[in-house]
Amino acid sequence: MKRNPHRTQNIAFFFLLLATLLIVVPVGLIVVIIIQKGFPAINWQFLSDMPRQGMRAGGIFPAIVGTIYLVAGAIIFALPIGLLAAIYLSEYSRDNPLNRIIKLAIVNLAGVPSVVYGLFGLALFVIFFKFGASILSGSLTLGIMILPIVITTSREALESVPQSFREVSLSLGASKWQTIRHIVLPNAIPGILTGTILGLGRAAGETAPILFTVAAFYLPQLPKSIFDQAMALPYHLYVISTQVPNVDEKIRYGTAFVLLALVLFMNLMAIIIRTKFRKKKKW
Amino acid sequence: MRKFKEFIIEKLILVCGIASIFFVVLIFLFLLKEGLAVFNIVGPFNFLFGKSWYPISDPPQLGILPLILGSLLVTLGAAIISIPIGVGCAIYIAEVAPLKIKEILKAGIELLAAIPSVVLGFIGMVTLVPIVKNVFHLPTGLTALSGSIMLAFMAMPTIVSIAEDALYSIPKTYKEGALALGATHWQTIWRVMLPAASSGILAAIMLGIGRVIGETMAVMMITGNAAVIPNSILAPVRTLTATIAAEMGEAVVGSEHYFALFAIGIVLFVISFAINVTADLFLHKKQ
Amino acid sequence: MVTFDIKKLNVWFDSTQALKSVTMQILPNEILSIIGPSNSGKTTFLRMLNRLNDLNTRFKMNGDVLFDGQDIRKVDVELLRRKVGMVFALPLPLPLSIFDNVAYGMKMAGVNNRKRLAQVVENALKQAYLWEEVKDRMGESAFKLSGGQQQRLCIARTLAVEPEVILFDEPCSGLDPISTAKIEDAMVKLKEKYTIVLVTNNVKQAARVGDRTAFFLNGELIELDKTEKIFTVPQDNRTDGYIRGKFG
Repeated sequence: MKRNPHRTQNIAFFFLLLATLLIVVPVGLIVVIIIQKGFPAINWQFLSDMPRQGMRAGGIFPAIVGTIYLVAGAIIFALPIGLLAAIYLSEYSRDNPLNRIIKLAIVNLAGVPSVVYGLFGLALFVIFFKFGASILSGSLTLGIMILPIVITTSREALESVPQSFREVSLSLGASKWQTIRHIVLPNAIPGILTGTILGLGRAAGETAPILFTVAAFYLPQLPKSIFDQAMALPYHLYVISTQVPNVDEKIRYGTAFVLLALVLFMNLMAIIIRTKFRKKKKW
Repeated sequence: MRKFKEFIIEKLILVCGIASIFFVVLIFLFLLKEGLAVFNIVGPFNFLFGKSWYPISDPPQLGILPLILGSLLVTLGAAIISIPIGVGCAIYIAEVAPLKIKEILKAGIELLAAIPSVVLGFIGMVTLVPIVKNVFHLPTGLTALSGSIMLAFMAMPTIVSIAEDALYSIPKTYKEGALALGATHWQTIWRVMLPAASSGILAAIMLGIGRVIGETMAVMMITGNAAVIPNSILAPVRTLTATIAAEMGEAVVGSEHYFALFAIGIVLFVISFAINVTADLFLHKKQ
Repeated sequence: MVTFDIKKLNVWFDSTQALKSVTMQILPNEILSIIGPSNSGKTTFLRMLNRLNDLNTRFKMNGDVLFDGQDIRKVDVELLRRKVGMVFALPLPLPLSIFDNVAYGMKMAGVNNRKRLAQVVENALKQAYLWEEVKDRMGESAFKLSGGQQQRLCIARTLAVEPEVILFDEPCSGLDPISTAKIEDAMVKLKEKYTIVLVTNNVKQAARVGDRTAFFLNGELIELDKTEKIFTVPQDNRTDGYIRGKFG
């Protein structure tokens, strides 16, 4: 009997749908479980209190603060360099071997395992520059790690500004930099913002790069300077789930919830900015 | 005056433009600087293929074969799970799903990509590990299999989004041509679209696998961390990444152990470099 | 005295030759129309005059282009572009307010005095016959104007930097007949003060406004002469064929 192509198609599409569900349903479950079990643990005290009794009680305030410091430090480092690098790629580079090598370097930078960033940060910032395990070392390590995200998204944003705007500006006697500064950059800001926020989200969630460069196991106080160690949410979650026995499940889920909420909130912001901008694009 | 200012800015832009190259080289140099010393103690061959990893015994035994095999086993498992599901999902999103659902699915995939690996590790610990333990009647659910399943979820967003891009960027004429000849939609996908997108899909798979090999926190939390040569996918294993993450905290700076962990970093760096360069070649082939 | 003196100009984009040994002069205070089918090198020629081709990484040239006696490759490019303004094929306002669009070139040249800027903007808009329509909405986005208004805004923007030459690259290609007529009126008026080079696909437009007309074909200058001669007694039968609509 001849195979019926339409039946084959139905079977094939069924499996494709199945594959999709196999991804989407667990993702949904993960989020639902963490919200369901983590949300009840959230209260003002949990968010604003120091951890106590070897992290078996109290809150996660220093971990939240530490993560904010780290993320802020990372973006202070990565945004200027990343943005200028994106400007170089989009406005200055020509189609030559150097350009190819830069793009390949960015791809590789994005692909370096996060724990290798940790090693690098340890060797360069902690030991070589003698910053010690500190917010500074951790921020710089995270900053280099998110550089490819900032560069790639900013570059896309810059390149999406129509070439004709550049021609018009130049034809009016503006210099190349004036054209970038007054025409290209202002119109690329939403895209750059999206990239920045995505970078922030990534930096907030990473654990391996901060393991040896900044993270403090248990430090129930706030850092006083950028040369202090600090707690951080992802590392704290790792510690209380694997290194400290008998931690109340509520604290674990609560920490996971705060971390996930923080990261997803940033990603959601990025998506919203992107779609809003697409809708009201002027050209 | 303005010209001078612009001259400075443009030089600064150039410097930042090549900063990525600088950082890649810097990372590699510092790994070498701290890691190469291990080869004074153990030859490269014995380091890579030595069967025992006892870094703090006296004398230390620094063979990373168990760790390499651990990484390979977990990666292989994750690849077997994530490739068919990931590519299938990419085809579904690119070709089958209605427009509205497509957007939702894409957002869902982005969501998965955004979940920090430590959160996935935590969820794996509290949900997946007990299931694996009970289903296979094991003494512990912290096994290579658990790691593979969790890592598959970390590879899927990469595979789906890049493969979907590859399918999307096939010229419409290919598809219309096949459909005009009377092929069903599925025949068109199977015989025309997939072959046309093959290099992009291959790149997607490679980058997904690259993500898996480099993944650290989730594997460290759920694979059991036994640094022995694995004999089964249901046994605990220890990966290259987890070894660094778990042991660097205790290694004394400048000790053999410290050098050895950096040497593992070199191995990881070289693997990820090779994967990314090859995938990049595949991605540019189609253009 | 000549404004532009072009000698044996060859232009390539990679290996494709876009202009072939073009030699011609552009005279002060004339409207020179350039006609020819698409891909004949008209726009490439026009973009030579303000060095906009430099933006294309595949661009190569030899020969000479002299502007007021100076090699354009040796003068400051920003100064050249201020003296040789350009109006593009489609209305291309910058994503700024109406006022800022017109003031843009002056601001970039370093003029910050608000009174002076306001004066220049008003004058430029008046010369482009747009002032009355926009004087009460200078702060609005330029994208809110109609297509014809946008194109006149672009002319005003070019005038505001006080150029010697204005290049028009098919300025009416997207416009209705009434807007086209307004722009043609403006051009004829402008020729008293400026030299105008007009690239157009519309042969009748060239006949209406051009003092002299040049016919380009496949990158070559076929013929350049007084407009009425080109349209009545062309020397080359390819010119004749084109203006009679036999090809292109």
